Amino acid sequence: MSFDTLVFYMFAAVAVLSAISVITVRNPVHAALFLVLAFVSSAGIWLLLEAEFLAITLVLVYVGAVMVLFLFVVMMLDINIAKLREGFWRWFPFGVTLAIVMVIQMVAVVGNRPAMETGVAITKHAANHSNTKELGRVIYTDYVYPFELAAIVLLVAIIAAIALTLRHRKDAKSQDVAQQVMVKKADRIRVIPMPSGYQEVSGYKEASGQEKT
Amino acid sequence: MDYLATLSPLYAEIFLLVMACTILIVDLFVTSLGKTPTYLLVQITLFGCAFLTVSTYQPGIVHLFNNMFVDDLMSDVLKLLSYLSMSMVLVYSRTYLMVRGLFTGEFMVLLLFSLLGMMVMISASHFLSLYMGLELLALSLYAMVALQRDSAISTEAAMKYFILGALASGLLLYGISMLYGATGTLEVNAVSDVIARGAADKNLLVFGLVFVVAGLAFKLGVVPFHMWVPDVYHGAPTAVTLLISSAPKLAVFAFVMRILVEGLQPLLVHWSGMLIILAVLSMAVGNIVAIAQTNLKRMLAYSTIAHMGFLLLGIISGGLDGYGSAMFYAVVYVLMSLGSFGMIMLLSREGFEADNLNDFKGLNQRSPWLAFMTLLLMFSMAGVPPTVGFYAKFSVLQAAVSAGYISLAVIAILFSLIGAFYYLRIVKLMYFDAPESHATISVQPGSGLLISINGLALLALGMLPGSLMSICAVAVKQSLLLP
Repeated sequence: MSFDTLVFYMFAAVAVLSAISVITVRNPVHAALFLVLAFVSSAGIWLLLEAEFLAITLVLVYVGAVMVLFLFVVMMLDINIAKLREGFWRWFPFGVTLAIVMVIQMVAVVGNRPAMETGVAITKHAANHSNTKELGRVIYTDYVYPFELAAIVLLVAIIAAIALTLRHRKDAKSQDVAQQVMVKKADRIRVIPMPSGYQEVSGYKEASGQEKT
Repeated sequence: MDYLATLSPLYAEIFLLVMACTILIVDLFVTSLGKTPTYLLVQITLFGCAFLTVSTYQPGIVHLFNNMFVDDLMSDVLKLLSYLSMSMVLVYSRTYLMVRGLFTGEFMVLLLFSLLGMMVMISASHFLSLYMGLELLALSLYAMVALQRDSAISTEAAMKYFILGALASGLLLYGISMLYGATGTLEVNAVSDVIARGAADKNLLVFGLVFVVAGLAFKLGVVPFHMWVPDVYHGAPTAVTLLISSAPKLAVFAFVMRILVEGLQPLLVHWSGMLIILAVLSMAVGNIVAIAQTNLKRMLAYSTIAHMGFLLLGIISGGLDGYGSAMFYAVVYVLMSLGSFGMIMLLSREGFEADNLNDFKGLNQRSPWLAFMTLLLMFSMAGVPPTVGFYAKFSVLQAAVSAGYISLAVIAILFSLIGAFYYLRIVKLMYFDAPESHATISVQPGSGLLISINGLALLALGMLPGSLMSICAVAVKQSLLLP
């Protein structure tokens, strides 16, 4: 077994184990951290495949940015684990049976045969081969169509996110300048006709009369 | 040749993208509740796309972008039908959405983007562009299902759709990565060539194929990958249900044709066996479970599952007859589905959904014309002559019998007979039961006219199916280079 293979199996084992931990640990923060570990091991596998740019992007974008945001969200949410686990054991035998059947089927197809070959020659590049340059060359030429489509998918994601979360608050106070300018006298001032009788103000007159004397 | 001129098969897509972005901005300045300017712009866009698709027609098969994009007769026909059904969706759903406060600019823009996704799927000849188109369509649909934010049932439906959809995309991608590993290419035609040469590992291919078929089955909504269909159809606002059950079925049909029939043709023996199981299970579960439903949207969801089983039967039969009849079936299904969900929206009003079977009781006394249109739609769904549903089923069965799948054809007929029960039950409710409410039905002139055209078209196509059938047959023949 070459050193490459050994490193591959190590990364692969860590990736699989941490992926299993993501869905089995009780604490959601731990689950998020295990997901980080799974990403880092996948990045390691990509490095082995000479995809250095992708490996670094995975670490920078997913581990550095996405997962940190994710951790914030997880910490802010009040997750009731007991309620999430409700009905878990009821469906557990069903799920396990299904998983075992699938594993047996996969082994039947893949297991008892010689290793599957890809039939494609894989070339190793020199250490100074620029993976980034190579990627940049094809992504804007040969793969420009799916690249543009990916951009449209992101645009749709933005539109969808705004459409689903933007709420016009009814209790928010704001000025409508147009309405302020268009205001008429009648909107603001109300003339109330008051009865003016001598008797009703007689008390006042007496009081003022006393003052004079 | 001028570079822009070489892009001519892509003009419709580019136009749609530009217009969708323009409408997104224009809509900010439209404040009226009816959104009439936005609505008209969207309809003009759809018409413009149709014009561009027709005017840039080139005979033969044109590939662009390193064989990632393909333009052939099948893609042109399916695109034109998609524009038409999107336009019909808008006419049917306008009033319905308006009274519910959902007729927003975002709805129309997402609708256009979902159409763009379908167009990409329809004319993709590379696994990467196929997948991107699928995701564009799916993402727009997830958002549209969730658009009614204050309804718990819609949110639940959107959540289920999103999670199961993501799972299916994962399965599909895993399968595609296996195929890539085996063949070293993602181009549909090149994959087919490599497999035909015998240069690829058979086990790896079959292993990948299982996942690809599972992913496709989910997107088609066939048993045992159908769990999302009833919940999403029931939970989504009816206008979105109408959208999901119409044009995307054409896109998924193209998707299946591109992947299985064009790309994995040499593995026919493997995938046709899988499809037989999926088709039989779908027809059984769809038709039998639909009987137990009291909600019309759920019932139509199960009926969709059964219809998709029938569609697969056409693809299994293979050859010009099989693929042609499958395409014909997809087109007819879309037409029937548009009418049925359109009818639910027509009978609904503010604060009331006509999605229960009891809401159709005595419809004949309330509105004989709408009852007659529903009768035509249900007869067509059940496959009663002289409606086109009969001819669609008949041509698929004919293809199956001539391909030697006689037992499969017998099973399909048996389940269709079972299925006829629940369609005819609606006819019985309309004509022989007393109405539960006597509220007047106010029909908008636009959607009223459209439902009449839709219903009568089913009748007319049933009597004269020749032209549509020959269009489908020629399209499939030219695209797949069949003898």
